[in-house]
Amino acid sequence: MREVPVPPPVSCQRVLPFPGRAASGPCLSACGLRYEAGGRVLIDGLDLSLGRDGITMVMGPNGAGKSLLLRLLHGLIPPEKGSVFWGDTLLDAEARKRQAMVFQKPVLLRRSVAANVDFVLRPGDPVRCDALLERVGLLARADQPARLLSGGEQQRLALARALATGPNLLFLDEPTASLDPASALMIEDILREERSRGTKIVCVTHDIGQARRLADDVVFLSQGRLVEHRAAAAFFKAPAAPAAQAYLEGRLTL
Amino acid sequence: MAFALVLSGDGDLYRIVALSLRVSLTATGLACLFGLPLGALLAVARFRGRNAALVLVNALMGLPPVVVGLLVYLHLSRSGPLGFLGLLYTPTAMIIAQCILITPIVAALSRQVLEDLNDEYAEQFRSLSLTRRQSMTALIWDGRFTLLTVALAGFGRAVAEVGAVIIVGGNIDHLTRVMTTAIALETSKGDLALALALGIVLMVIALGVNALVHSVRMSAVRQAYA
Repeated sequence: MREVPVPPPVSCQRVLPFPGRAASGPCLSACGLRYEAGGRVLIDGLDLSLGRDGITMVMGPNGAGKSLLLRLLHGLIPPEKGSVFWGDTLLDAEARKRQAMVFQKPVLLRRSVAANVDFVLRPGDPVRCDALLERVGLLARADQPARLLSGGEQQRLALARALATGPNLLFLDEPTASLDPASALMIEDILREERSRGTKIVCVTHDIGQARRLADDVVFLSQGRLVEHRAAAAFFKAPAAPAAQAYLEGRLTL
Repeated sequence: MAFALVLSGDGDLYRIVALSLRVSLTATGLACLFGLPLGALLAVARFRGRNAALVLVNALMGLPPVVVGLLVYLHLSRSGPLGFLGLLYTPTAMIIAQCILITPIVAALSRQVLEDLNDEYAEQFRSLSLTRRQSMTALIWDGRFTLLTVALAGFGRAVAEVGAVIIVGGNIDHLTRVMTTAIALETSKGDLALALALGIVLMVIALGVNALVHSVRMSAVRQAYA
């Protein structure tokens, strides 16, 4: 496991603006994020700074706000308060074009496998489409209806489509949650390969084993708050936050 | 006697049937050309006055054909603003009237279909930073098999309509006489055999088109494309 330095927590004063876009600077930062729905605060005062490479695993118990955090960081929903920065500028639609997201339940178009990938290759690029499908092991099923694939195949297709956009940053929301071990390992291999190509990956997972295998750093959330963000080796060796300790030991936490 | 007329290959009867199909299919095609993008826009866009627009489009589904016929007549008549085109009492005038009549039907029904689809796709489309136009195009393409039913509803309304086409078409023999206007005329003349024969053809067409659309849709469902 590589040791990736975790950027220090940010404060609004330091984030606005980020100095330059140095290679070592953060690729994505959040400052004072707050989100509430139905009178309940789901994300509260969250500051976060993510490095430009490696795999960041977002962990925490159910309801901690992990999936919501991904949506906020990707700009799918606007926060009540706070801001998300892409490098040194506010996250906008242009910046989002350099990101991609794979959802827990893949949203596939009512088209063939190849057409789902081709949809984001503008203009269509059959050679690249085939290469991506081969990479996720679906080239032989290119002409079949996407929605008739198995769960694991659908998730791999969603991943291929996300990679087709050539993202600098890839978000994954529990991509292997409902997959068998073989399918999960196949996804993990693709993520490792993508990391080695320089893509920053932010992945929500409940699978501690998977986090140990893949993570360079870990963001741990509890009750909508960021309670720990450390290099993975240090986190798994001795988590500082009591909630993280309880989570790793399998104890129930509220 | 009516069946015998249908089977005899009567020239007049089949000319009337052919004109009916030409007028109603063209009107349906045009209504889809205008109505589907409008439905997709209403499904995707959020703007001030959207609810009022939805109420208006839904209300226009119940447009009385004779009122549409009257409005088109007023515009196309010699003294009307479009009188110089000389379209009154032509199949084109009938197509225009039917198109106006069914475009709101296509728009309102497709809006509902595409809004449901958009609920499923919206987050993914936003993640892919698609423009509104790209989203609308993708929704219409992915909803194409369900939208066939919408087009069918429009065609059904068009081919069965009599009020508008008789006003703007005039029911002129060999020129603007379609099945519904011919049925009305032949019934009033007492030629029930021809009226019934046309009625049979109308029913067969309606059943045939429904069966075709149903089989296409079922095939798409089996392929998980619908």
